[in-house]
Amino acid sequence: MADNFFLPQASLDTLFAALTGDGRRILAPTDRDGRTELNPVTSPGDVAKDYLQTILSAKEAAFPKVERLMSFSTGAGSVDLKDAEPSAVPTVLFGIRPCEASGFKALDAVFNWDTRDRFFNARMEALAVIGIGCTRKDDACFCTSVGGGPGSTSGSDILLTPVEGGFLAEVLTEKGKAMAALAPEAFKADPGLEKKVVEVPVAFDQPGLTKRLKDRFEDGIWVEQSLRCVGCGACAFVCPTCVCFDIVEEADAKGGHRLRTWDSCGGHMFTLHASGHNPRETQAQRWRQRVYHKFSYYPERYDMLGCVGCGKCTRACPVDMNLQEHLAEAAQA
Amino acid sequence: MDLREKSRQLLENGDVKAVIGYERGTMGARRPAFIRKAERADRLVFDEACAQNLATYLTRPEVRKLGRVAVAARPDTLRAILQLMAERQVKEENVLALAGDGTVELGTAQAIEEHLATCAKELPARDREILDRLSRMDRAQRWAFWQAELSRCVKCYACRNSCPMCYCGHCTMDCNRPQWVPVASHALGNLEYHMVRAMHLAGRCVECGDCGRACPVGIPIHLLTFNCEESVHLQFGQRAGASSKLDYALSTFRPDDKESFIR
Amino acid sequence: MTDTNIYLPHLMRIAKITQEAPAVKTFRLEFMDAAAAEAFSFETGQFGLYSAFGEGESTFCIASSPTRKGYIECTFREAGRVTAALADKEEGDVVGFRGPYGNRFPIEQWKGKNLVFIAGGIALPPLRSVIWNCLDLRDWFKDITIVYGARSVADLVYKDELKEWEARPDVNLVVTVDPGGDVPGWTGKVGFVPPVVEALNPSPDNTVALVCGPPIMIKLTLPVLAKLGFSPEAIFTTLENRMKCGLGKCGRCNTGSSYVCKDGPVYTLEQLNSLPAEY
Repeated sequence: MADNFFLPQASLDTLFAALTGDGRRILAPTDRDGRTELNPVTSPGDVAKDYLQTILSAKEAAFPKVERLMSFSTGAGSVDLKDAEPSAVPTVLFGIRPCEASGFKALDAVFNWDTRDRFFNARMEALAVIGIGCTRKDDACFCTSVGGGPGSTSGSDILLTPVEGGFLAEVLTEKGKAMAALAPEAFKADPGLEKKVVEVPVAFDQPGLTKRLKDRFEDGIWVEQSLRCVGCGACAFVCPTCVCFDIVEEADAKGGHRLRTWDSCGGHMFTLHASGHNPRETQAQRWRQRVYHKFSYYPERYDMLGCVGCGKCTRACPVDMNLQEHLAEAAQA
Repeated sequence: MDLREKSRQLLENGDVKAVIGYERGTMGARRPAFIRKAERADRLVFDEACAQNLATYLTRPEVRKLGRVAVAARPDTLRAILQLMAERQVKEENVLALAGDGTVELGTAQAIEEHLATCAKELPARDREILDRLSRMDRAQRWAFWQAELSRCVKCYACRNSCPMCYCGHCTMDCNRPQWVPVASHALGNLEYHMVRAMHLAGRCVECGDCGRACPVGIPIHLLTFNCEESVHLQFGQRAGASSKLDYALSTFRPDDKESFIR
Repeated sequence: MTDTNIYLPHLMRIAKITQEAPAVKTFRLEFMDAAAAEAFSFETGQFGLYSAFGEGESTFCIASSPTRKGYIECTFREAGRVTAALADKEEGDVVGFRGPYGNRFPIEQWKGKNLVFIAGGIALPPLRSVIWNCLDLRDWFKDITIVYGARSVADLVYKDELKEWEARPDVNLVVTVDPGGDVPGWTGKVGFVPPVVEALNPSPDNTVALVCGPPIMIKLTLPVLAKLGFSPEAIFTTLENRMKCGLGKCGRCNTGSSYVCKDGPVYTLEQLNSLPAEY
């Protein structure tokens, strides 16, 4: 059960000072030439004023776009390996939306089923989330269709919801309590604040979709939907739950590094064998993989969805592959 | 008569196998639409909000297989079609451009060239503003500007995949023997990628700006290729997309070449 | 934090290199770290990721039998960046290995059964592991038949072992090469694998079939086995999709909801029939 407080707008300064004073980096949405980007900030004044969401997701705080997995040096008949230490800077994600906050669970499902990914875990351990509930939305949003909501506490350590003069603060976890304890004077007694967030209508029947996908694999719908897809990775790279990665090597004659980088199932090279054979040769097959991974394989393997309904992919897509619309279509008989 | 009516006729008469046009998308946007049945032509819209260069689809294997297609064509699209013809990627008989309000049928390269002569090309205000800013910078400042911009790149390749002239089946970026450019989206990987892309488009860029429009993180990368294109124009006096019979400026050698090293 | 780095390979010394066929080599690899060697074990059918440092990792099955201790072997064809770099290595050089990964052939369930191995080209290595595993436990099984086909005589791998199996009274070996792939003096068969299997006419009774080969060979051999009366649960194969992690995380080897790196690479035909053909 959450402990509720009133966090006056003016007390954000105190909270930010306490967090930075504790040696934590604060990442928050900032306004850069009209683009909302996640950047390090030190004061509440640095935070974007009226933003919907950041373009890229907050996943990079735990799963950066490039990460060193190990290094090596090579000599005549010898190789020395050097293990890589994840650079897990104590970090607070401030102001991300509930959809994104809950996205870390989908990443965790893959990184930690069966074997544990040290790099992701080290960063997650050093990460705390102060989410802010949504008072506005756009047509790409569909969190309520995938089990989330504009006021959902899932994934946040503290969830703030804007109210007159500040925020309703729900302190949800031990990490949240630890942050609140750094600036106890900022958190006032809750006078019985009403948690008011924007209404996001349910766009499609998700359990119905997941069930429907079972016998829709060979359907022409995937070809039809993907005709305009250009096969880039924009959707995957902005997605808070897309976890697929590549492992690449960068080296010279003396040694080098093995790196993990983001990758996308939409690219034609993703499954290409060295022989030239490609199990997912067409864009339709790759688009289908994206939908099935999130809405069929995830429920089957991890008992959750691989999508939080944030709509970032729809906003980022150069050809408006509107995910919500396509899912609604696929959910129909 | 409008584009819908025209498309319906073309499909019903079997003049084309598909009409590649625009339809209404999310939040007022327009998006590419593939119309293969006459009764679906009602979805089409063709107005100022239509931005993408649909010529990018003409070189897709799936579209090539169709045979003759009609394309709702803005001037940028027409230039891309001519350039694709010049590079022998698109056959004249396989494309019918629907220009103007969408009812002007341009079935030959010559008709496209003549139509383009009536279209003025204007740089969007935002591009002009950035170019003005860049022109006032010295080299070090420009370098810093681009390094900062390119640092946001995530190498999603939306720019490449949206570009009508980036049709290579096996892009240099996808080669790993040798690995010309690092795969990773770090400073060097990003910089090398965009430099290679700009160079590969010098003399070929039709200046539609789709690469910049596609970029999810808002890097004005189209200005790099615009700039290279402008240099080629200044050096060689020709522009990509002007004609279906354009030799590639950077690999065509003529006896009257002003450079002497080749003689 | 006690998590170890699951992406860190073991260093392996190349103890022996065998040129099997044009562009096909077998490496015998020994752990450089004694503790790692001691801790290591695997089962037949499993695979690993092999590093050529500076170039990357490539996935192959472990081609040796778990009954042969102290080393592992892999056989690969030079096809891409990593395999080309591996092919340039010499005996004594160091490569990397992560594994073993994936599931295995359930050989203990085949006790008292006949085994029919059917392999084509460079797909003999995964079966070679299980063949030697079964031959080293010979009294578990009844008849053992091996059908192996390659494009040409030169393309046959494990040529010495083929002779050894040929000479064994407890193995029925049939080697065939594609029409035009034979050479003067060739005493084996000439013909494609599927008709050779059909002519051989193995009894499906109390028999397990293992099929590994190029997609076209598998595609044409499975109907032959069905015609002979083999049921889908008695036919085993291995899949080799592209993968980067081998740990069920990188997201590219799945066929439907099944991850070849975790749920495979060994599948029965019955299992494959329930999956989409994304391989």
